[in-house]
Amino acid sequence: MSRADPTDEGPIDRDFATDGPVLSISDLSVTLGETDVLAGVSLDVERGELVGLVGPNGAGKTTLLRAARGSLSPDSGRVQIAGEAVDGLSAKAVGRRVATVPQDTSISFSFDVREIVEMGRTPHVPRFGSMDEADHAAVERAMERTEVAEFADRPVTEVSGGERSRVLLARALAQETPLLLLDEPTASLDPNHRLRTFETVSALVDEGKAAIAAIHDLDTAARYCDRIVVVADGGIVADGPPEAVLTGATIGDAFDVDAVVTTDPVTQRPRVTALPDDLAAADDPDIPPVERVHVIAGGGRAGPLLTRLDRAGVETTVGPVSAGDSDADVADALGIETVEFDAFGEIDAAALDRTAEYVTAADAVIVADVDLTDGLVPVFDRVGELSTPVYAVEERSLAERTVSQAAADRYRRLRGGGVAASTPELLESLT
Amino acid sequence: MSVARRATGWSAALAVALAVTVVLSAGIGPVAVPAETVVKAVLEAVAVPSLAGGELGWRRPFEYSLRKSNRAIVMRIRLPRILLGALVGFALSAAGTVMQGFFRNPMADPSIIGVSSGAAVGAVASIVVPALIPFGLGLEPAAFAGALITAFGVYAIATENGKTPVATLLLAGVAIQTFLGAVTSFLLLHSGESMEQVVYWLMGHLDNAGWGDFVPVAGVPVLPLFVCCCFLLLLAYARDLNVMLLGEEEAAGLGIEVERTKRLLLAVSAVMTGAGVAVSGVIGFVGLIVPHVMRLVVGPDHRILLPTAALAGSAFLVAADTVARSGAQELPVGIVTAAVGAPFFLFLLRKRRVHEL
Repeated sequence: MSRADPTDEGPIDRDFATDGPVLSISDLSVTLGETDVLAGVSLDVERGELVGLVGPNGAGKTTLLRAARGSLSPDSGRVQIAGEAVDGLSAKAVGRRVATVPQDTSISFSFDVREIVEMGRTPHVPRFGSMDEADHAAVERAMERTEVAEFADRPVTEVSGGERSRVLLARALAQETPLLLLDEPTASLDPNHRLRTFETVSALVDEGKAAIAAIHDLDTAARYCDRIVVVADGGIVADGPPEAVLTGATIGDAFDVDAVVTTDPVTQRPRVTALPDDLAAADDPDIPPVERVHVIAGGGRAGPLLTRLDRAGVETTVGPVSAGDSDADVADALGIETVEFDAFGEIDAAALDRTAEYVTAADAVIVADVDLTDGLVPVFDRVGELSTPVYAVEERSLAERTVSQAAADRYRRLRGGGVAASTPELLESLT
Repeated sequence: MSVARRATGWSAALAVALAVTVVLSAGIGPVAVPAETVVKAVLEAVAVPSLAGGELGWRRPFEYSLRKSNRAIVMRIRLPRILLGALVGFALSAAGTVMQGFFRNPMADPSIIGVSSGAAVGAVASIVVPALIPFGLGLEPAAFAGALITAFGVYAIATENGKTPVATLLLAGVAIQTFLGAVTSFLLLHSGESMEQVVYWLMGHLDNAGWGDFVPVAGVPVLPLFVCCCFLLLLAYARDLNVMLLGEEEAAGLGIEVERTKRLLLAVSAVMTGAGVAVSGVIGFVGLIVPHVMRLVVGPDHRILLPTAALAGSAFLVAADTVARSGAQELPVGIVTAAVGAPFFLFLLRKRRVHEL
């Protein structure tokens, strides 16, 4: 192999310049014991791709990663890294092509951080030789990129969990491989470390590496990966950009859970909320004998209520809510008709008229646990003129919710039909 | 400081300590010999090749007027025993270091896969029922053969589909040790008049050592060369051993041929231990505590730990044997190492410093 020039920045491509995919898995089947863990999986990963591998526990994510680095022998199928079949390569050759950031980050030996990172050079250093300048340069580069350099001389047993995971990332970088495998790299990290880890990986991928990360948390996967592969029941059930893959239907099938996908207001990435069983159950006994309700929502307080009503098959309308409110997103995701008004504007007469129409058509009005603001005064006044019974969900105390005394007064007058501390309770009182 | 420099520095310091221990030990005994005389006696034996009168020969550059008796005591009686102890300590400690790293288990010692038990059965059988030993092997070869057969057997039992899980190996080793312990006890029961000899061997001893114990073949001492070769081989795998501490799967990911490396480390440690045990009997604790102590001093890096632990084990066994032979009644050295080593180990344990590797 060619040794890298020590002044060179990241000789990632030098040794493995191929046009094909960095990782090519075709028709891979793996049986562990009596269980078929993977059956006929095919996956290609190109340079510049950060692939998020998601799926329920036991779906085969870790097995797929292990197969990708040749740690287990598949029953059938083929794994190629940078154009070479992995089972024909020596451990050393594999170590120069694939680096793994392991899930379990405990190290109980008091090696210095630098020594741990230097172990990443193992596949590059000959048995009867020591690290040369290129090796030391690679170690320094890896430690700088991962911000490990500042505590390079501390024992790895004495650094925090977040720092230790960065040390392991640095070790993987020191291997200078075209392919990086990460197994739950941030599962135990705080948001800050999670962000830094993925930003480092993203930057490396932009420079031409390929990376596959098994990620439990769907939001994390959606946020950082450009491509998401959903593994379930031993196969790949979806593969594509997060917006296309992370849909309620796909997640429902893969994870056997009801979920709502909304757009995160900050990152503009899909956000997945799995619903607890009592919200999700379609044949819940506590369903009210109403056929149509109108919900007064806002401030993101009505999500569970809307979801539950939707699952129960109750025809629901919402409004008025300001555009961009996450209640509006939920309603949108559920396909609920919504009265929206401009985010920075007032509720205009047209919006009030539409709301009144919905309220008239409904069997009941439910006021969610919203903040009682001035903006709601005309809404409450209008609803009070109509004869539809009004119910309320009160998860917080009135004092906590009161922003405008006028709104609070009207609210108190309005809620006649029933008050409940939670959504299920309210639905019970409606029967 | 670079690893190479630290390894060299520590090794040089310990080599000096070993040399001092050897010289002092050679002076201690029923007849006290001054250190200076010991050094001179050793120097006298140094021979360098020379071309005298066009013919290749050996020349002894040093010559001193020493009392003949002192020279004989140092060179014939004490030095063979001391150097044999140094060699055995070196081998046991190196093998113990490797086994602890290999098993990632602080209780591992050179005998963990049954090497010593196998050697004991071979040795005891050759004393009690020599007729049963094939090829008329003597005690040492029988012990060595027993050690190797056992190690291989344990390995074979624990291996499935070309993989040898460390936990299985450990448990198989314990079971086989127990079984072989039963065989040794049974032989002991029927040892009759040779019982004392058997017990003595089992306790570990270095007495009656002569230059013959170094297995000279054509004037070349084979045993030290053999131990040195084994040691250098282990040293060449020190970096792999470091990486293996992280776990086998990770080691494989970092380019280590895990199963091949395990096989090699096991085989080399087993022959090294087997050779040591064959000449000296079962000397306990050296291979367990010396690596632990040195790990506390120099850290877990095997590139430094392996040579320093080996040299320290060497010096420790020489010192222990000096105690064993200088009392009113000569003791088997195994008693001394265990009697000194166990309390020291407990002391370290109480200070909570030896919980892990």
